[in-house]
Amino acid sequence: MLKINDLKVKLEEEDKQILKGVTLEVPAGKVHAIMGPNGSGKSTLSYVLSGRDGYEVTGGNATLDGVDLLEMEPEERAAAGLFLAFQYPVEIPGVGNMTFLRTAVNAQRKARGEEEISAADFLKEIRAKAKTLKIDADMLKRPVNVGFSGGEKKRNEILQMAMLEPKMCILDETDSGLDVDAMKLVAEGVNALRSEGRSFLVITHYQRLLDHIKPDVVHIMADGRIVKTGGPELALEVENNGYGDLLAEVA
Amino acid sequence: MSRAAAALAAKREATEERLAPLALPQGGAWATEARQGAMARLREMGLPNRRDEYWRYTDPAALTAAEAPQAAVFDAGETPLFDDIDRLKIVFVDGVFDAEASDSFDEEAVEIIRLSDAAANDIHWAKSLYGVLEARGQTPVARPLAALNTALASDGVLIRVTGRVARPVSIIYRHAETTSDVYLHNLVQIEKGGDFTLLENGPAAARFNKVLEVEVADGAAFHHVRAQGRDHERHAATHIFARLGRESLFKSFTLTVNGALTRNEAVIELTSDDAVAHVAGAAVGDGAFHHDDTVFITHEGERCESRQVFKKVLRNGATGVFQGKILVKAGAQKTDGYQISQSLLLDGDSQFLAKPELEIYADDVICSHGSTSGAIDDEALFYLRSRGVPETEAQDLLVLAFLAEAIDEIEDEAIAADILSRLEAWLARRSR
Ligand SMILES: Nc1ncnc2c1ncn2[C@@H]1O[C@H](COP(=O)(O)OP(=O)(O)O)[C@@H](O)[C@H]1O
Ligand SMILES: [Mg+2]
Repeated sequence: MLKINDLKVKLEEEDKQILKGVTLEVPAGKVHAIMGPNGSGKSTLSYVLSGRDGYEVTGGNATLDGVDLLEMEPEERAAAGLFLAFQYPVEIPGVGNMTFLRTAVNAQRKARGEEEISAADFLKEIRAKAKTLKIDADMLKRPVNVGFSGGEKKRNEILQMAMLEPKMCILDETDSGLDVDAMKLVAEGVNALRSEGRSFLVITHYQRLLDHIKPDVVHIMADGRIVKTGGPELALEVENNGYGDLLAEVA
Repeated sequence: MSRAAAALAAKREATEERLAPLALPQGGAWATEARQGAMARLREMGLPNRRDEYWRYTDPAALTAAEAPQAAVFDAGETPLFDDIDRLKIVFVDGVFDAEASDSFDEEAVEIIRLSDAAANDIHWAKSLYGVLEARGQTPVARPLAALNTALASDGVLIRVTGRVARPVSIIYRHAETTSDVYLHNLVQIEKGGDFTLLENGPAAARFNKVLEVEVADGAAFHHVRAQGRDHERHAATHIFARLGRESLFKSFTLTVNGALTRNEAVIELTSDDAVAHVAGAAVGDGAFHHDDTVFITHEGERCESRQVFKKVLRNGATGVFQGKILVKAGAQKTDGYQISQSLLLDGDSQFLAKPELEIYADDVICSHGSTSGAIDDEALFYLRSRGVPETEAQDLLVLAFLAEAIDEIEDEAIAADILSRLEAWLARRSR
């Protein structure tokens, strides 16, 4: 599904190399986790994959089902089935959450040559999905993320994911800032979406989330590289011993 | 002679030269008196020029010149604005009343007459108001183009509201001639408890000078939505003078799309307690577009609320100006005044000049004002695109979001939807 090969990325504005050759592959239907200390380049990887400005790819490539991701506009990547749940979801005053989501759903459908969803069907679907994520009608009407608590913003990301039904979901620290109940809710939302044709790349700082979303593979990222790859036990190792030992062992 | 005195003398001389060939319109005694009075005021203050403090950001030369700059008629091929709204239509083409296109003036709870008809009638009700609010609005800041209008306007619509009027009165200003130079003067008097909506739309002329005087009596309500037409080369100077009674409501919204030069002034007096005045504007322009909103709100009564919400979207070297003042007089306690002026600059060539002012002589008031100028938020744009919304569509969404606070000032949903559709059409014409 997602193939990243020796990806090297620097900042556009400064001479600062952030990703120094990242290689990983997430097959269809699998959940991979990336863990790593702050500043190791996890968010940068997710942004570069989704097409944010400000980065320059200096080497390597990334494909989604064989299609070169890095050549596409952000909206084309979304229509191709890529979704990023932001570490810091953006507030957009003046744009209603519901309007935003319907515009997005229809834009993706249009890009794929499908018919637009009817207003009634959309409403029915979003209400049902919002309910399972405990998102009330008021939150749907309010401007995108404006005045949302940290937990509400993260749940809103999962709602968007549920509505857009992407095939490759990247979750960037979706657990940060969540209490135990909110995290369970988010994890349930993610688990409900797990399917054979859908893959996940779950970026997290802590093992906690991975108790709820069981990964098939765990990667450890440090200083712009994947330094170790293993099974779920790797996450437990990080939890118990921190990154110190792991990184020392690799170095 | 001091420098200021010399400047005034030169200004008066230029004004005399400009006024010399002009003749006042024919009319009965009251109209002639009002016109002569306005002419005298104008001679005293002189026509504006660039050196005037109040015209620092907008050059009035094209508005005062003897000859109006020409303006081509632009047909955007859209259905007429407010088409689906049940309303009483009054149509002017280049300032000339079009009886055929207009509806009959017969309507419940409202009396409508053209200025040209009323002027001949010497006992007309308009007598005590016509030019009076304009004259009051000349202090503390002179508004010479409004005095020029009172002196020269030969037509317009005079409206007296005696109750709740079921449907809006809609004045449509069509533009047909590239050289038309038009003065129209409208007057609305809303009696106690009356409730009235006025719609205005259209470019009107190559150069348009319009005054609207509004008196809102105790407990009465006035709703005003106007759309200034989109002929690219047209020039306009408009004034609203409003006087509000106790517990009255005044709401005015203006959409401006295109136009080479527009100066919209609003002068509002909250003369009694518990009145509410909202003025809002959304202006979008591209290239040779200069748009100036100049607002002056005076609080005299207690517990009055005023809001000024002005938003501008500027592109390709367009210029936006906002001069807004809240004056709270001594004794106007518990005043709630709010003012926001913002511009969204879609490129580096456009500019926004703002002069927000507060002048407060009462101690127990809440007044806030803010002015910002900025580009589209890149983070928001990327967020939308990452969800699959194409760039131009995402940009349009953010532009409309920026304008939302101003558009929200329109209470009627159908009218607001119509205004929104004009903005969407403008965006569509630009970005695709
Ligand atoms: N736009 C940027 N400007 C400056 N430094 C940046 C920028 N983006 C990322 N960085 C730097 O790149 C490194 C990796 O950051 P990030 O990808 O956010 O790491 P992580 O998500 O793993 O915490 C950090 O040192 C961070 O400061
Ligand atoms: Mg991060």
